Amino acid sequence: MLLLKVSAMGIEVCELCPIKSIQRAITTADPGDTIWIKKGTYKEYNLLVDKPLTIVGEDYPVIDGEDQGEILRIVADSVTIDGLFIINVGTSYTSDHAAIRVVKSSDFIIQNVVLEKLFFGIFLEKSRKGKIYHNKIIGDAKDEYNSGNGIHLWYSHNVLIANNIVEGVRDGIYLEFADTITVTENISRKNLRYGLHFMFSNNDIYTDNEFENNGAGVAVMFSKYIKMYHNLFKDNWGTASFGLLLKEINDLEIENNLFNNNTVAISVEGANRVNYLNNEFRSNGWAIKVRGACYKNLFRGNHFLNNSFDVSYNSRINDNLFDGNYWSKYSGYDLDQDGVGDVPYRPVKLFSYIVNRTPETIVLLRSLFIDILDFSEKVSPVFTPDELVDKNPLMKAI
Amino acid sequence: MQLLYYWKVTMLKILKYSFYDLARSRWSYIYFSFYLILALVLLFLNNDLSKAVITLMNVIVILVPLIGTIFGVMYYYNSREFTELLLAQPIKRNSIFLGQYLGIALSLSLSLLFGVGIPFVIYGLFDSAAIWDFSLLLLTGAFLTFIFVALAFTISLNNENRIKGFGYAVLLWLFMAVIYDGIFLMSLVIFEEYPLDKLSLLGTMLNPIDLSRILILLKLDISALLGYTGAVFKQFFGTHLGYLASTVVLCLWTVIPIFRILHKANNKDF
Repeated sequence: MLLLKVSAMGIEVCELCPIKSIQRAITTADPGDTIWIKKGTYKEYNLLVDKPLTIVGEDYPVIDGEDQGEILRIVADSVTIDGLFIINVGTSYTSDHAAIRVVKSSDFIIQNVVLEKLFFGIFLEKSRKGKIYHNKIIGDAKDEYNSGNGIHLWYSHNVLIANNIVEGVRDGIYLEFADTITVTENISRKNLRYGLHFMFSNNDIYTDNEFENNGAGVAVMFSKYIKMYHNLFKDNWGTASFGLLLKEINDLEIENNLFNNNTVAISVEGANRVNYLNNEFRSNGWAIKVRGACYKNLFRGNHFLNNSFDVSYNSRINDNLFDGNYWSKYSGYDLDQDGVGDVPYRPVKLFSYIVNRTPETIVLLRSLFIDILDFSEKVSPVFTPDELVDKNPLMKAI
Repeated sequence: MQLLYYWKVTMLKILKYSFYDLARSRWSYIYFSFYLILALVLLFLNNDLSKAVITLMNVIVILVPLIGTIFGVMYYYNSREFTELLLAQPIKRNSIFLGQYLGIALSLSLSLLFGVGIPFVIYGLFDSAAIWDFSLLLLTGAFLTFIFVALAFTISLNNENRIKGFGYAVLLWLFMAVIYDGIFLMSLVIFEEYPLDKLSLLGTMLNPIDLSRILILLKLDISALLGYTGAVFKQFFGTHLGYLASTVVLCLWTVIPIFRILHKANNKDF
């Protein structure tokens, strides 16, 4: 009885229905109505949702914008978009056409949407308290200058971005001036530039995401109070790639993440009071590359496995603490059998110090001379920071 | 014409003799089985062919020159009496020494080829994408063998005293494998204020060991670590000019010592 009542309140859109276009459905609908879009192809664009509506697609109806411009613009609160298949968003060099744009609205839900052949995907502009859930964004971007971002937040707050798949766009997920955002269980891969890119965004949480095979990796800049837990950074491999780039960052928690097979797992510049706890760095070129101005950082309980360079440092001053990590290159012993090595481990190799100073010397990578040099520096350190040691290296990976 | 033909035939005969002599020698087998075991263990521990190529590269770039040098010097001094016997025959000196040189260089290259090749083929080299990297590895290995055996022959021809000859040969290896890189590194650090692309390219080209290492590194995934400098290198070595230049350099490193051998052999008073 209740179901019938709800569907009676809705407006149906299909090829044989009285209402054949989505635009007409939106204009005729009353606030709070549900619009049901049946399976079919609708060649429409510049659709303006200016009242609280629930727009639901059945069996993924296709909205084909025919490269004309923006497709859906939401300017009202409490709008729900569910189950649409949107293709052919117009590319423009002057305005950022998006498949779905939310402007100055709150309490929106965008879910189960599939976007293909897009410019920008889901674009939030000065909006808050929303949910972007379980969407699939597959772009075919080839160049950075004429492609857009998958999920783009600008001056938006309190948004949940969960279970989305974004690939083949410029930046998978882009946040600018976006505070208290939760990004969880998303997969962002094969994007031209960054899997996740955020600037001037504070108090955000990132958990259980996968960032794989992106042009440059994940960039976090000019932000504070960020938490990153259980993320996977994988196969960001290339001459200018990294897993995670931190620049001008304060008060970060980076815990239980896995960095696998990146050229540089974490590249840090100007990051203070960052806690790196229980992360795993596996088969990276550089596990941690510190470029300077990093103070009061803590590295504890991390696992460094088979990286070409574990830690690279460009200065002799160290204000960061390495304690109780596992280093696969550690060759010390543990006489008292307490699981902690008796000899401190020095994670910075002389060669990585030299490479930082004179980058061209990298051409001597894997030369016998370099191995001898590293060995002698290990025995009696002269160049690498004296106090940069892990005094309690673990004997076994836990 | 007749003479040239005769010269060729005798040289080939001596080559054949040296080759068979070495093929029967214990050392060739030890060398062969060393590579066989090394490659087998590597592949057993790590089934990934392309990763095994990296590890093998480290070994080959250092060990092949060392073994080539030691073998060359050893063979020359050991077969000295026989060489003197041959010299008493109406055979051109060129063909004696060239034959011996090619005999030893070929047998060492073949030991390398089969020692490393057989395990890789067993582990499915032909179905793998690593086949080109691997071929390049073997090719540079063969080049290094030819270069360092030739250098070893030159040294031993110039030194009657075995101990001295051995000393110089080991020093040569040490210089090429270690000291050169030290000087190279120092000059890069000292001139760090200047653009170093050309200098690092030149420094790499001049030493066959460094050149081989870079040629292989650039083919592998690990080349991403080389960053900006690697991009410059890739741009150079990726072109036909780069390939041509590195082949020419490796050939020069082989041919010049051979000419030194022939020249010295012709003028030496035994």
